[in-house]
Amino acid sequence: MIWNEKIECASRDEMAAVQSERLKQTVQRIYHNIPSYRAKMQEIGMLPGDVRSVEDLKKLPFTNKTDLRDNYPFGMFTVPMSEIVRVHASSGTTGKPTVVGYTRNDLSMWAEVVTRSLCMSGVTRNDIVQVAYGYGLFTGGLGLHYGTENLGATVIPISGGNTQKQIQLMQDFGSSVIACTPSYALFLAEVMQEMGIDPEELKLRVGIFGAEPWSESMRKEIEAKLKLKAIDIYGLSEVIGPGVSCECEHQVGMHVNEDHFIPEILDTETLQPVAPGEVGELVFSTITKEGIPILRYRTRDLTRLIYDKCECGRTLVRMEKCKGRSDDMLIIRGVNVFPSQIESVLLEMSETEPHYLLIVEREGTLDVLKLMVEVQEQFFSDEVRELEKLKKKITHNIQSTLGISVDVKLVEPKTIERTAGKAKRVIDNRKI
Amino acid sequence: MIIKQVSVFLENKSGRLNEVTKILADAEINLSAFTIADTSDFGILRMIVSHPDKACAVLKENEFSVKTTDVVLAKTPNKPGSLSKLLDILQKEEVFIEYMYAFSMKDEGAVTVIRPTRVERCVEMLQKHKTELLRADELYQL
Repeated sequence: MIWNEKIECASRDEMAAVQSERLKQTVQRIYHNIPSYRAKMQEIGMLPGDVRSVEDLKKLPFTNKTDLRDNYPFGMFTVPMSEIVRVHASSGTTGKPTVVGYTRNDLSMWAEVVTRSLCMSGVTRNDIVQVAYGYGLFTGGLGLHYGTENLGATVIPISGGNTQKQIQLMQDFGSSVIACTPSYALFLAEVMQEMGIDPEELKLRVGIFGAEPWSESMRKEIEAKLKLKAIDIYGLSEVIGPGVSCECEHQVGMHVNEDHFIPEILDTETLQPVAPGEVGELVFSTITKEGIPILRYRTRDLTRLIYDKCECGRTLVRMEKCKGRSDDMLIIRGVNVFPSQIESVLLEMSETEPHYLLIVEREGTLDVLKLMVEVQEQFFSDEVRELEKLKKKITHNIQSTLGISVDVKLVEPKTIERTAGKAKRVIDNRKI
Repeated sequence: MIIKQVSVFLENKSGRLNEVTKILADAEINLSAFTIADTSDFGILRMIVSHPDKACAVLKENEFSVKTTDVVLAKTPNKPGSLSKLLDILQKEEVFIEYMYAFSMKDEGAVTVIRPTRVERCVEMLQKHKTELLRADELYQL
C-alpha cells in the first residue's frame, strides 16, 4: 500500500514545484529567525529573495553539526518555546549534545513520514509492531511509535534491551514486525537459539532496521535467521529522526520523503553537486519543519541517489545504503563516536598527548570497541595496582562521557603505527 | 643502601623479554635478579642490574617505557626462619611493602629485594635491627 500516493508517485516536475515553494518559505523563516544562519547568508551577499526555486538550493550556505552545538540548546529554534511540544537530543557525545525541537505540526509530519515508511516496508494496520528502539531522547523509539499508531497498526512500546522479554512477547502477542538496530536483530536471533525457540514458529514477517550501518550480507544473515524481510530505514535527529527515507519491499534503495527533506549529493572535496548517480556526501534541507528547520545539513554519510522509477510505483528518489562517512565518526551499538572525543578524554587525564588506537570489532553480533593506549613514561608506574587503576580510570571516563563501554589495553610506546608522523587512530575490523 | 631497581613495561607478547636481555647484554650490563609482575595483557619487568642508569638509557633508546625505583636489598643467612625474622622487624616497625622478591645462593646467604612504601624508614629500621643491607658497589659481586 502507498500511504500518500499523490506525493509519493508525483512526477519530477510536480515534486520540484512543491519543493521550490516550500524551500522559499523555509529560507525566509530561517533568515529572519536564526541570526547565525543569516550571518552566513550575508557573508556571501545572499538575500532570502535570491532563492526562487529548488535550483537555487546549491547557492545556500551549509549547516554543520557544530552550528547546533554552538547554539546549544535552543538557539536554532525558529519558534518560541511555547510552540515546541517535544525535544530530542543526540546521545553519546562529549560536552553539549545536539538538541532538536518539534512543534505539533512537526510531530504530525514525522508520524506521516514514518507511516509512509512502514507502508513501504509492507506493514499494514493488521500488523503488531514491536518497537525495540530505545524510547527517550533518542528519536528511534518514539519516532517509530507514533508512525505505527498513525498507520493504525498495533504498537508494542517495549523499548530497547530486556532480550528474553522481547522474545517472550513476540511469542505471546504474536508480533509480526520488529523495529530495532540490525545488530540487535542478530542478537535476538542468537538468544532465540539459546532459548530453543524456532523463529519459524513466531509470526515475525518484517524487520525495520536502522540507526547504524549494515551491509547486504548482514541483511541476508538476518533474513535467514529471523525468517523475515529486513528493511533498511534511515534518519537522523537533525533532519527529523527515522523516516527520512526507507526501503520499499523491493529493497533497492531507500525512498527519500523529498517533499519534506531535499537530498543533495556533493563532492567531498569541492562540495559541489556530483553528476547524477555518483557517490558523494549526503546533504539534507528540511522544507516543512517549524521547530528547527535546517538548510543544507552536512550528514557526512556517503551514498548516491537513484532517480529511476521504482517497481513499487513510487517516484520518490532513492538513496543507496550508506557506504561510509566523510568524517571519522564511528557508529558503535547505535552510539555515534568520534575519535576526537576519545582523544579529549585521554587529554584531560594527562599533561601530554597520549597515543592511542581504536579498534572496532564485531564479536558475534555486537560491536566491541577496543582502545590501545601507549604507556608513556610519564604514566608508567612499576606497580601493577597503579597501572590497573589507570586502565580503570580511562574506561570509566570514556563510559561516563561517551556512554559506551570500551576495552582498554595498555601497550608499549611506539607500538601504534605512525603514518607520516601522525598516528593512525582507527581500525575498523567490522565486516559489515 | 638504597639501590636503583630498573622497571620496564612489557606487553604480553612473545620475544619481548628476550629483546630486553639482548639490549642489556650488548651494553654489557649484568643482571643480578629480576621478577615479572604479570596481568592478563601486560607485565612489569623489575631488575637489579650492575649499571641501572646505563640500563635505563639503552632501553629508552629502544623505545621501552622504563623507570627506576628505589629498593632495599636485605641480606640474610640462608637458613630456615631468616625471612620470617626479617618480616617481623618490618611489621613491628610499621614498614609497609609494595612488593618483594628474593634469591638465595648456597653459601653466600639469601638476598631479599624490598620495595617499601617509605624507603628511608625501611633502611633506618633494618639498620637499627642490625640487618645486613647490600650497597650498590657490592652488587657486582652477587
